[in-house]
Amino acid sequence: MDYEKSLNSTICNVKPSGIRKFFDIAAEMDNVISLSVGEPDFKTPWHIREAGIDSLHMGKTWYTPNRGLTELRKEISKYYKRRFSLEYDPLKQILVTVGGSESIDVAIRCLVNSGDEVIIPQPAFVCYEPLTEMAGGVPVVVNTKVEDQFRLTPEELEDAITDKTRVLILPYPNNPTGGIMERDDLEKIAKIIIKHDLMVISDEIYAELTYTKDKHISIASIDGMAERTVIINGFSKAYAMTGWRLGYALGPQEIISQMTKLHQFCIMSAPTTAQYAAIEALRNGDDDIENMKKEYEMRKRYIVGSFEKLGLSCFEPMGAFYCFPCIKSTGLSSDEFCTRLIESKHVAVVPGNAFGESGEGFIRVSYCNSLKNIQEAMHRIAEFLQELKDEG
Amino acid sequence: MDQLLKLLSENSDYSTEELALILNEPEDYIRAQIKEYEEDGIIRGYRAIVNWDDADEKLVSAIIEVKVTPEKEIGFDGIAEKISKFDEVKSVQLVAGSYDLSLVVTGETMNAVASFVSKRLSPMKQVISCQTNFILSNFKEGGVILKNQDDAKDNREFVI
Repeated sequence: MDYEKSLNSTICNVKPSGIRKFFDIAAEMDNVISLSVGEPDFKTPWHIREAGIDSLHMGKTWYTPNRGLTELRKEISKYYKRRFSLEYDPLKQILVTVGGSESIDVAIRCLVNSGDEVIIPQPAFVCYEPLTEMAGGVPVVVNTKVEDQFRLTPEELEDAITDKTRVLILPYPNNPTGGIMERDDLEKIAKIIIKHDLMVISDEIYAELTYTKDKHISIASIDGMAERTVIINGFSKAYAMTGWRLGYALGPQEIISQMTKLHQFCIMSAPTTAQYAAIEALRNGDDDIENMKKEYEMRKRYIVGSFEKLGLSCFEPMGAFYCFPCIKSTGLSSDEFCTRLIESKHVAVVPGNAFGESGEGFIRVSYCNSLKNIQEAMHRIAEFLQELKDEG
Repeated sequence: MDQLLKLLSENSDYSTEELALILNEPEDYIRAQIKEYEEDGIIRGYRAIVNWDDADEKLVSAIIEVKVTPEKEIGFDGIAEKISKFDEVKSVQLVAGSYDLSLVVTGETMNAVASFVSKRLSPMKQVISCQTNFILSNFKEGGVILKNQDDAKDNREFVI
C-alpha cells in the first residue's frame, strides 16, 4: 500500500528530533552516565506524591472541568502573584494542560493563521519549529550568540520581523544554553513587539530555576505586555513532576477561551490525580524548589568549573539545568564529539545543533544527575579530551 | 548542616579542587577546613562501603541487644567503652527502649559470633542479658542501597 498518499504531508515533512540517535546508542551500552536527559533526577517530593495517592483513595477518578480544577487554578493564580507579581483571573485566564508542551501547541495553533511567521530564537527546545509548521505557520529562526549570552537582542528581533510576523516565541530561561532575559533586555524587545503589534508565547517552564539574585522576570510584567503574552509554565521541572504530565497557560481571556475550546475537543481535561498533587505542590512546595535549586547550583558550579579547567570555554548558565560548553577547540563537530564520547567513554551528552544550527560547535550537558555521577562523567570527559590531544 | 561534611559523608572521593568548585570556596580554605575536622576528630576516617554479601570473603554479623546495669557516676559510659574495645564489635550505640546497648558484632562464622557473645560479652559483670539477632541480608548501608541494582540504574527515558 502506498501510505504516502494517505498520510498528511505537512506532518511527514516535519524533521524528526535529532537527539534520538544518541539515546539508541546509549540503550545498547552498560555503565552509561547520562548527562543528556532534560528531566530532574529527583523524585517528586513525597508530600506531593501522597496528595495524588490520597485523591485516588478518596475516589477522585473522574474528569475535571476542561480548564482544570478550580482549586488548582486558584492556587496557580496565587502562585504567579506570589512569585512573579502577576495577576491572572483563575476563572477566565488560566488553562491547565497536559504538560507545558500541550500549552505550547494549543497556544501556537490559536495564534497562528496559515502563512503567518513565527519568530523562534535558537538554540532552543526542539518543539517550537515543528509545532509551528503543523499549525500552518512559517518558523523564522533567529540565531542567538554566546557573546550576547544567548539573549535575544532588539536588533536581531527587528531584523527578523516582516509584515507577516505574528508571534514571537520567548524560550527563557533557555534550554539548552541556560541563558536568561533580564528586565533590561525584556524592556528593549517589548518596545519592538508593541510597535509591530506581535503576540508573545513566553515559555517559562524553567522560571524557578533562575540562579541570579533577581528571580525570573516574565515579559508579561513589562508595561503593555500582559495583554499580548501567553505564559507557559508547568510542574515538571520545578517540582520534579515530569511523569505527572501537568502544565498550564496564562493569558488574556480572549486567547485562553479559544485555547480552552481546542483543549476541550482534543484532550478534555488534564490528568485528575496529577491536578490534586499539583495543588499540594503549589501550597507547600516552595521549600522543595529551594532545596533542589541549591543542589543544582552546586552541580552547576562543579560542571562549569570543570569544563573551564579542561580548556573548553563554557558560558555561565543563569537558568535551567544545562550547561552549553563550546567544543570548537577540539576540531570535531558537535555530532562527532558526542558520538565518540559515548562510544569510547560511555558518557551521553547532546550535540548543540540538535537545538538549531546555531548550536553547532557546542554540546548540551544536563546536570540532572547526582554529583557523584557527574564527577565520574567529568573524569571520563577529561580522559577523552586527553586522548583527542594525544591523537592530534 | 555543614555542606562540606555532608558531601564527604556521601562520597569521600572528592578532590580538594572539586570540593572548592562545588562549594564555591577557595581550595586553601577547603584544605584547612578538612584538616581541622580531622584534627578535632570530627572526621574519623575514610573508607569504602563494601557489599560483603557479594564479596568472596563472607562474614557473619549480628545485632546484639544488651541489657546492662549502669554504674555510679559514669552510668553507661564505662561499660560501653569497655565493650567498644573488642575488635569483634563493629558498632556500639546507647539506645532508649527495652534494652540499653545495641551492638553489631562480626565474625567468620555463626559459631564465632555466638562464642564471642557467650564467652566474652555475657560474663562481664555489668551485663544482665544479651539477645543475638543474626543479620541475614543487607539491603542498605550508610545511605547506599546494596541490593536493588535497578534503583542505581538510570531509568529515565529519552523523550525528545
